[in-house]
Amino acid sequence: MSDIAERVKKIVVEHLGVEPDKVTEDSSFIDDLGADSLDTVELVMAFEDEFGVEIPDDAAEKILTVKDAIAFVAAHGK
Amino acid sequence: MRRVVVTGLGLVTPLGGDVATSWSRLVAGQSGIGPITRFDASDYACRIAGEVPYGDGSDGSFNPDRRLDSKLQRQVDRFIHFGLDAAGQALEDAGLAELTEAEQLRAGVLIGSGIGGLPGIAEESITLHERGPRRVSPHFVHGRLINLVSGQVSIRYGLKGPNHAVVTACSTGAHAIGDAARLIMWDDADIMVAGGAEASICPLGIAGFAQAKALSTRYNDEPTRASRPWDRDRDGFVMGEGAGIVVLEEMERAKRRGATIYGEVVGYGLTGDAYHVTAPHPEGDGAYRAMAMALKRARLDPSDIDYVNAHGTSTPMGDELELGAVRRLFGNAIGRLSMSSTKSAIGHLLGGAGAVESIFCLLSLRDQVVPPTLNLDNPCEGAEGVDLVPHVARERKVEAALNNSFGFGGTNATVIFRKV
Repeated sequence: MSDIAERVKKIVVEHLGVEPDKVTEDSSFIDDLGADSLDTVELVMAFEDEFGVEIPDDAAEKILTVKDAIAFVAAHGK
Repeated sequence: MRRVVVTGLGLVTPLGGDVATSWSRLVAGQSGIGPITRFDASDYACRIAGEVPYGDGSDGSFNPDRRLDSKLQRQVDRFIHFGLDAAGQALEDAGLAELTEAEQLRAGVLIGSGIGGLPGIAEESITLHERGPRRVSPHFVHGRLINLVSGQVSIRYGLKGPNHAVVTACSTGAHAIGDAARLIMWDDADIMVAGGAEASICPLGIAGFAQAKALSTRYNDEPTRASRPWDRDRDGFVMGEGAGIVVLEEMERAKRRGATIYGEVVGYGLTGDAYHVTAPHPEGDGAYRAMAMALKRARLDPSDIDYVNAHGTSTPMGDELELGAVRRLFGNAIGRLSMSSTKSAIGHLLGGAGAVESIFCLLSLRDQVVPPTLNLDNPCEGAEGVDLVPHVARERKVEAALNNSFGFGGTNATVIFRKV
């Protein structure tokens, strides 16, 4: 679980160009980390690549925070 | 008509990541051409190019981190990196990187590119083919579009006036400066950031131009000798990359604020060959008329022009036709003219060429020196009695300088700058 959290945070840091200490599990990609709608599409693609999962559009729309991403991957990841 | 001057310069070229480095190396007769390192070109007919030198910037190299964060670098194509950085240089040079709200409304941007994000288009098409539509980047479109240098510059620097772009192949940079100057003349803006950017040194770009028989293929083992405008042994152009961006400003405004003025945009001519997609008109008709139109607009005689920065790409046909057109137009005045092709040192920057070379014209006005034509060992027929500045830069009086840029599609642009 903590391994998943670290990998999710690393992707967020790299893709959004934010400082690592700003990324907590409660961080909202758009409200707290300065992402726009295009960035969130790119983030979802990065999660898919990293964890070998497919995240359908309706599920992707509900992934708004770091915690949401960790939970999805934990439930569906390989 | 309102008058327009240049108050800021920005360059990213195969000779360096800034104006001072690019210009000093150019005048010193150095070449920015070398083997292609961006990809494995060993199977290609042309294996050389003028690549922008990357580094931390301390040695005059291009450091993309200076004006772009890592996120933007990943999302947009290389030509936007070059264009945004050069635009930042130019605005900083002009002292206009931070504008008031009122200034923002009267400041615009007009930066073009010949091809735009070809490397990214090529790569993403492979992703689409191999991994399907859901793996295409959400930043694919806006990271490749030609007008997105202008868009990015507008957003970064708060330019709220005209947000425009030119696409006229290898005339792009000259057209952008000429058109942007007119927007100021017509009172649509007081400040315009204008120029061109290009970064097409990628497998598809080199393969495409090679198949069009436009590239040099004989000098793969001696890259610095490959670009040799007007030389008898020339065999095609060498692709370069980079960006040239100027800040144009209404003259009275520039004088009031005590800005450094590099020169005035006094003449602009633009014509079409109406002849062939890639070959120039056999009598250089469009080139002749573009230069004549620019001189008329400038109210100058040919004898007033001291320096011509030629299109001179080092292709067998184009060089001699341009020289012939200059000879016919200038008549006896050709004897007092210096004409060189800086593509001999940096290669052909395609959509960036006219803007980079316009900046070289402006620097020749400032420093009273004209840059050389490298590799001009044996001048072609028709070069007699013309100072083509072989090998070594020449100190001389330069009051007015003319840039020629011609592009596929038979499009021709001439811009004339004069000392203020």
